[in-house]
Amino acid sequence: MKDDQSADFGFVEDTFDLSMNRRDFLRVTGGGIFVLFTVRDSLLAQEGTGAARAFPNSLPTDFNAFVKIGADGRVTCCTGKIEMGQGVFTSLGQMLADELDVSLESVDMLMGDTDLCPWDMGTWGSLSTRSFGPALRAAGAEARQVLVDLASEHLKIPAGNLETEDGFVFDKANKHTRVSYAQLANGQKIERHVSGKVAVKKPSEFKIIGKSIPRRDGGDKVSGKAKYAGDIQLPGMLYARILRPPAHGAKLIDVDLSEAKQVKDIRIIHDGDLIAALHKYPDVAETALAKVKAKFDRPPAGVDEKTIFDHFLKIASDGKVLAKEGDQKKGRQESKDVLEETYLNDYVAHAPIEPHTAVVNVEGDKATVWVSTQAPFRARDEVAKELGFSPGNVRVLPCFVGGGFGGKSRHLQVLEAARLSKLSGKPVQVAWTRKEEFFFDSFRPAAVVKITSGITGKGSISFWDYHVYFAGERGAQQFYSIPNHSTTSYGSGWAGTQGAHPFATGAWRAPANNTNTFARESQIDIMAAKAGIDPLEFRLQHLTDKKMQRVLTTAAGKFGWKPAKGPSGRGYGIACGTDAGTTVASIAEVEVDKATGNVKVKRVVCVQDMGLVVNPEGATIQMEGCITMGLGYALREGLHFKGGEILDVNFDTYEIPRFSWVPKIETAIIDNQNTDPQGGGEPAIITMGGVIANAIYDATGVRMFHLPMTPERIKEATSKG
Amino acid sequence: MEERIQFTLNGKATQLAVDTDRMLLWVLRTDLGLTGTKYGCGESLCGACTVLVNNEAIRSCQTPVKEVRNKEVVTIEGLAKNGTLHPLQKAFVDHYGLQCGYCTPGMIMNAYSFLKKNQRPSSAEIIEGMDNNLCRCGAHKRIVRAVQAAAKEMERGS
Repeated sequence: MKDDQSADFGFVEDTFDLSMNRRDFLRVTGGGIFVLFTVRDSLLAQEGTGAARAFPNSLPTDFNAFVKIGADGRVTCCTGKIEMGQGVFTSLGQMLADELDVSLESVDMLMGDTDLCPWDMGTWGSLSTRSFGPALRAAGAEARQVLVDLASEHLKIPAGNLETEDGFVFDKANKHTRVSYAQLANGQKIERHVSGKVAVKKPSEFKIIGKSIPRRDGGDKVSGKAKYAGDIQLPGMLYARILRPPAHGAKLIDVDLSEAKQVKDIRIIHDGDLIAALHKYPDVAETALAKVKAKFDRPPAGVDEKTIFDHFLKIASDGKVLAKEGDQKKGRQESKDVLEETYLNDYVAHAPIEPHTAVVNVEGDKATVWVSTQAPFRARDEVAKELGFSPGNVRVLPCFVGGGFGGKSRHLQVLEAARLSKLSGKPVQVAWTRKEEFFFDSFRPAAVVKITSGITGKGSISFWDYHVYFAGERGAQQFYSIPNHSTTSYGSGWAGTQGAHPFATGAWRAPANNTNTFARESQIDIMAAKAGIDPLEFRLQHLTDKKMQRVLTTAAGKFGWKPAKGPSGRGYGIACGTDAGTTVASIAEVEVDKATGNVKVKRVVCVQDMGLVVNPEGATIQMEGCITMGLGYALREGLHFKGGEILDVNFDTYEIPRFSWVPKIETAIIDNQNTDPQGGGEPAIITMGGVIANAIYDATGVRMFHLPMTPERIKEATSKG
Repeated sequence: MEERIQFTLNGKATQLAVDTDRMLLWVLRTDLGLTGTKYGCGESLCGACTVLVNNEAIRSCQTPVKEVRNKEVVTIEGLAKNGTLHPLQKAFVDHYGLQCGYCTPGMIMNAYSFLKKNQRPSSAEIIEGMDNNLCRCGAHKRIVRAVQAAAKEMERGS
């Protein structure tokens, strides 16, 4: 699969097990009405989602139910998506309930059970609503039609004279002549495949879609009942703590386990490169592990957080041209001012509060798995491969995920748990410590962006020459009216290539786009200031996209933007971009303490156009989450490392946003219910680097080119400036 | 060293034989099966493991069990009474004060202890009182709102 094709999906490689046939869904779940759908059909039916392009021949052909209607009237919504905070536990249920005409309360969610849920690539790329959602709605509409047909036989009334509401089919002419879904499902075993011929509802017919409904998983999460992988406790289960090298690339040369083996009831497993202490209490396993005496041969330190950028430029191979139009040379000749700038960003950690955790129980040739992952089906296949089992013999069971942000699309911990369960003959839990979480993270890559651009004497952009190194392509292409422009990406995307990064890198909430939007929106701001034009006005002068114009002017109106050329001293910044199909604009107000370099973000206004909104409050909260999380990579988060040695091991040196950092946040979503839903979990984070950099410039006249904009860097820049 | 220890856990007298140097977090989660209290950092930096000891919010990841001898320990599981959510829990649900939910038990226990001392907090005081509890999803704004709403509700109820 090519990189560009996978760009929307947040991962680069994957394997599918094509040998699997239909799973025995009916046997496992008993009677009722089932609506089934192959994932291939579902994805191929959606032109332009990218999925069909990405996997033309490799989609699995097996199918599973999206929807089950039981004789008890309960509706089960089955999905391979997982709930990691983004709210699909609620919003997917809303979509199904609305199409099926049942109350949301009667819908049970079954998420990420690989035996019972339809195959799914993984939960990322803001795709749950925009890609899985339409398929789920189609299944709901199809199920409703089955019920109407059954009711027609049952009531002896033509289907055309029947309507549905709140779990009943009734006669339009006489509402009292009715039959419940439960009654219709009773004693049935009906399998129906989605034909795609039953129309889904129009926005004007929505009853539950478009409503703000509090999280349905909220009650369990506030009472400690919600189960995450680490909360799974099986009889006889052992907790494993694993010996780790001091740096990536270090080799174990000597180990003495004798003292560790003295710990009461401890089991030490030494199998090739794997050394682990297992005990019924995780802290006792930890105590034993601390007694292991190990010597490692460390590789030379290599690059660090200061030298990494030169390293990138040195090793970058030929670029890939993403866009090219006009004539750069001509553009340069027409320029009054040519601006050549370099933008940098450091490596950033995912740092979910729940570290990677897994429980695996290997029994004979079968394995049962609970894992904090964004990709349960991939976890199943990888565990099967690790154990030499067929994927059908591995079942991943649902659990909540305590934050993912892209970092849990990788799940090495489940392979460790699988291996240790097989070796020990016991159920094993592997729960990474915070130090391990930092060590094994697939960091957002550090990156370099070089931009040369020009403006004419009249203040219009004459050319744009954009080169991005090692961030990735998402969000790299500019969208302003520029007659001569080109965009080139070097190095691989966020997953990295051999020799690029001293440790793993991967997708981090809106991968590549944070870097690209920071660079682009900073450069636009520099040009606006050079031209002596208000930065909002300058953007609008170069935009033809109606959506982008609208989010910008709406944000400006909400903020109370008054035009001024930068730097105005007010500390106002503006930035915009697109991600996951959504268009977003942000305006921020900051205060900079020049003596300390501290930045206080006082206010952020953010407006986005994301098409149909399933749960407005849920979508708003995702925007707020993006803005809050984005403060981190903008102001503080940058990994310290020396070659393969990760120097940040906890939240003392690696600071993430706190309550006291959070500005006044105001958001708005453009009313656009008649277009397809777009991504909501990522877009609002992409503007945070650029909007704060631009606000800092507006406050101080000093331009920051390196994320994060730490107090030290700001002090250094202002003392020079 | 293994010894017998007594304390009150969620209103019930509890006795167990345990190495009392072990941290309360692991004893709660494994020996006692109360998994609502979470591990986040192991060094008192994130607050996911916050529980109450004599109504005071403490970090159970760095509190040896021996320190709770004969004291009253309350975990997230002990907050609801007879199946009815505590006003703080209810406010977190109603005001969208959580996303992934992993930091939530610690947030609620910290807020509980904070509200015991300050029944009418300003939002600035809530921010200060909650500042050492970390949330990665960015639910902060809603958590402040939830704590404010709960304070009002608790005042009405008391």
